Amino acid sequence: MSTFSSIIAGFGGQGSLLMGKIMAYSGMLEGKEVSWCPSYGPEMRGGTANVNVIISEEGIGSPVITKDADCVVALNQPSLDKFAPVVRAGGALVINADLCHMNNVQVADGVKVYEIPANKIAADAFGGFKLANLVMLGAVVYATHAVKVDGMDDTFAHVFEGGKAKFIPNNKKAFELGYKYAEENCK
Amino acid sequence: MAKVLMKGNEAVGKAAIEAGCRYFFGYPITPQSEVPEYLSNELPKVGGTFVQAESEVAAINMVYGAAAAGARVLTSSSSPGIALKQEGLGYIANASLPAVIINMMRGGPGLGTIQPGQADYNMAVKGGSNGDYHTVVLAPASVQEAVNMVMEAFDIADMYGTPVVILADGLIGQMMEPVEFNYVRREGIPEKTWALTGKGDGERHNIKNLVIDPDDCEAWNHEHFETYEKIVANEQDWEEYLLDDAEYAFVSYGTASRVVRTAIGYLREAGFKVGMLRPKTLWPFPQKAFDKWDGKLKKYMDVEMSMGQMMPDVAYACNDKNKVEFYGRTGGNVPSVDEIVEFGKKVMGGDK
Amino acid sequence: MAVIFEKTKGLTDVKLHYCPGCAHGIVHRLVAEVLEEMNELQNTISCVPVGCAVFANNYFNFDAIQCAHGRAPATATGIKRVHPDKIVMTYQGDGDLASIGTCEIVHAAARGEKITTIFINNGIYGMTGGQMAPTTLPGMKATTAQKGRDPKINGNPLRVSEMLATLTGPAYIERVSISTPAQVAAAKKAIKKAFEIQKQGLGFTFVEVVSTCPTNWGLTPVQAMEFVREKMIPYYPLGVFKDITAEEGK
Repeated sequence: MSTFSSIIAGFGGQGSLLMGKIMAYSGMLEGKEVSWCPSYGPEMRGGTANVNVIISEEGIGSPVITKDADCVVALNQPSLDKFAPVVRAGGALVINADLCHMNNVQVADGVKVYEIPANKIAADAFGGFKLANLVMLGAVVYATHAVKVDGMDDTFAHVFEGGKAKFIPNNKKAFELGYKYAEENCK
Repeated sequence: MAKVLMKGNEAVGKAAIEAGCRYFFGYPITPQSEVPEYLSNELPKVGGTFVQAESEVAAINMVYGAAAAGARVLTSSSSPGIALKQEGLGYIANASLPAVIINMMRGGPGLGTIQPGQADYNMAVKGGSNGDYHTVVLAPASVQEAVNMVMEAFDIADMYGTPVVILADGLIGQMMEPVEFNYVRREGIPEKTWALTGKGDGERHNIKNLVIDPDDCEAWNHEHFETYEKIVANEQDWEEYLLDDAEYAFVSYGTASRVVRTAIGYLREAGFKVGMLRPKTLWPFPQKAFDKWDGKLKKYMDVEMSMGQMMPDVAYACNDKNKVEFYGRTGGNVPSVDEIVEFGKKVMGGDK
Repeated sequence: MAVIFEKTKGLTDVKLHYCPGCAHGIVHRLVAEVLEEMNELQNTISCVPVGCAVFANNYFNFDAIQCAHGRAPATATGIKRVHPDKIVMTYQGDGDLASIGTCEIVHAAARGEKITTIFINNGIYGMTGGQMAPTTLPGMKATTAQKGRDPKINGNPLRVSEMLATLTGPAYIERVSISTPAQVAAAKKAIKKAFEIQKQGLGFTFVEVVSTCPTNWGLTPVQAMEFVREKMIPYYPLGVFKDITAEEGK
């Protein structure tokens, strides 16, 4: 895989932009070209927020993904409905199964769907939904191998710098729970 | 310096600081507000000054003052705000002062949309203020290129005594990409012996803008155009992408060129011998690139996020308007890869 | 032989283009004399306006820049931020300052920019030929208000000194005039005080000079001075509107 492209989408505040940032950082630290291209504007305030992340061994053309995405991550139903058709044949569709379902959603041939009960996993582990995005990220990394798992410590250290370092343990744990869930349930 | 992942709007701010800029005057507007936000934090740390002006009009006139005072100075805005700055830009150009102006373009006209656009090409390249003048216009296609161009812009501005516009768009401003900052000052930048510093024991400095006698004003204009000739000779810049065996070339800049690059991948897979000539300087327009490749190319496919504002320049550069085809999206929309592939196939003769 | 009068070194030898009876010449001289007396000619940078004083940069014998119409306070802000140790002034007329440049003067004052503005209020557009200014008195004739300014149609004049005095940023605001020798002496004192307060870095300083425009008022120079005393000053009363140095002394 020389280029990996993904769309991560959800409501504003669900943490899709941070998920994308962690992926982009990981790619960069692996020495690859990356781009992190967000939707922006008023819709960010409580509306839908999505980010296009590309990780590539060569120069990146369009930072905006309109076709042939290797992976789409849907954190809510509108995002799933909108972006599921963009996943390429044989690509991965990772959804937060607590917040959206695959009824009537059409996908290309061979698209593998990863249904992750991320809210439940986060609630069980942390008593709230806040880290559901990192649970989802763990599942995405398992599903796509877009970035290396053993580089995540380095990534977290870069993304959560300085005063934010205190967030690393729980973020890391959520990531691992998501990865493990996908590994055990989405063979 | 190791690469860091940065938003375009913050990266251009850091690039300015790295290039020795210590003064920023600006006004918030989406999608560039992270530029003033970033610099309001970072400039004081290096002994610099950030002023949130009462308007874009005031901001550009503060730039006029700081430039006249001999400083490296920056302002930034997005399309409607840049429209407001045109008056001051003309004064800065007329006084031959160096300044850097960043435009993170959005869709227009008027208040338009906050999504990315390229419909300020004419305003930047043809001159949105009154009178005969040019500004150098640099068009980055990535965050790293935006960083490099901002640094270069300060040198070009000081070298020739001219405002330099960075013509990017909201997508480049909002996007994060890995960047590194390696500023190396150009050789031969002249001392600012004309700057307003108080005359001290020497002669007073008098920066004029009114040249009321028409013969004087004409001579003044001619002097500017002698400088412009030097810029045209020295500063044209462009990228040649897969042109060696190409029969057709896209012409596209900035964000639109990124999508074109991906589309070229699909078209090449389908057997089309196609590449891209990407202007990195919009003024001066890269005539030299067209002179070099024109003999080999059957058509130019101009792709822009506007209604075709660059097209006349492409037609002029290849001296054959029949050789130029256009596809564009406007009003804040970025063309999709599929649209460009389809446009390419139509121009190049259908499916192979 | 004793020298009893010498032209200030603060003005060049370029012949002034102003009309007979115009007050610009007087105010130019006062500014130049004050800066010379303060020994600041070598440290001063002036921002000149669009309007009759657009050529002041040729008359002031210190650094100068011609600004866009109304924008001198913004340009002065840019200069002062780069050279905080220099004296930076704007010299503006009423069309420039109180109409097209209202935004810039209000905000420079509000920021407390450490600059000095000399504001020439003669109630008319001089350079462009007698059009109505933001300071044209009710009933006063102008080429764009030929029957005289009717507030119902043309709105009311601005009293800039009073308006700026409501702000926190200004350190010193005074309105003076030049229609009598005593007023000229008082004007010079005010201008000097403004520059001294700037030098101390206390804030924005502003001197409004109620002035003449005999040409566009259609009056002789002598009548114009009378008009200032009888019509202008009653509407634009002279006095100190703000002085933080006096407040500190209380």
